Amino acid sequence: MMAPLFKFGAFGDEFSLVVAFLLGIGFGFALERAGFGSARKLTSQFYLNDMAVFKVMFTAIVTAMLGIFYLSWAGFMDLSLVYLEPTHIWPMIVGGLVLGFGFIVGGYCPGTSLVAMVTGRLDGLVFLLGVFVGILVFGEAYPLLEGFYEAGALGTVTLPQALHLPYGLVVLLVVLMAIGGFAGASWLERRFAPPREEV
Amino acid sequence: MSTLPAAPPAGATAGAAARPRAPAPYANPYLAGIGLGLVLLAAYVLMGRGLGASAAPSTLVAWLMDLVAPAHTRANEFYQGYLEGGIGHPLKTWIMFEVLGVMVGGFLSGILAGRLTRTVERGLRITAMARLALAFAGGALMGFGSKLARGCTSGQALTGGAVLNLGSWAFMMMVFAGAYALAWAMRRQWR
Repeated sequence: MMAPLFKFGAFGDEFSLVVAFLLGIGFGFALERAGFGSARKLTSQFYLNDMAVFKVMFTAIVTAMLGIFYLSWAGFMDLSLVYLEPTHIWPMIVGGLVLGFGFIVGGYCPGTSLVAMVTGRLDGLVFLLGVFVGILVFGEAYPLLEGFYEAGALGTVTLPQALHLPYGLVVLLVVLMAIGGFAGASWLERRFAPPREEV
Repeated sequence: MSTLPAAPPAGATAGAAARPRAPAPYANPYLAGIGLGLVLLAAYVLMGRGLGASAAPSTLVAWLMDLVAPAHTRANEFYQGYLEGGIGHPLKTWIMFEVLGVMVGGFLSGILAGRLTRTVERGLRITAMARLALAFAGGALMGFGSKLARGCTSGQALTGGAVLNLGSWAFMMMVFAGAYALAWAMRRQWR
């Protein structure tokens, strides 16, 4: 066992911030490369003519998932030391829905709005200001929302545990689902391709 | 008048080559996805945690509230959680440094590809002011929703998705559902 390196004491808190900064650079770079600094590119996902959001997201999830799976299978990484956010199913479902509304209304998510902002999009900056206000509203309303925020607590639970299936089998199912999804997404793109020259 | 960059891939090659400062086309989505996935994997291997975004503005909000109204802020568990996360200073957190990196990385990629444009991204049938108002409203929904869900598309969907977290997958389905549900109503903003 060697990984996660930080958990095994390979470096300390201060250096972890350098790691954070470098990983952030990679994250931001990949988002911009994918076109995710553009609200129109991002929202095309929801008009079915450019499914890059789905393709990029699921390729990334599959890539990281396979890496984590094989590294822990090979004994290089201790999966039990990897952080898993405890599931609170109801606030996650409602929060996800509200976030989805925000995505199509505003055109970004918090990470992509940062990339939009630094590449010159004024709407990215304004979106980010909205994010601050939304968080402030949540914070101020927290005493009222706390009950719901803590509702549906299932603890740390993974899909394999919830479905009573082996981890590797769920990994395989996600890969197959992604491949099927990519084929479906490309079919939809052709089906809903707009006449491009309006821009 | 409109300075919107041509929405890339399909068939944009012929005309684009003629213009002098045409932005480079975006990366192939699968290649970009593999790149993003490797960054996420590196985060797990190095740190044992994934990537994030919404925690950074949350930390800033908590810190600012603490400056303005310390007693009020410290009585609130939500703010309190963000005030305690730093290494010596509330703003000295892992996510704050990661988010600074996101801005640098996004800027570098944008400038290398010739994609820095001062613009307001919108469809043809909406004014810039209306678009900005909707961007603000959408941002506010996003900020609120991400706190309710304990994470956003980065920290919840992507990060939790890769480790097969149940809540993250439920969350992700709902994000897509929510966005598709309002897509028709919002079409004038984008098309």
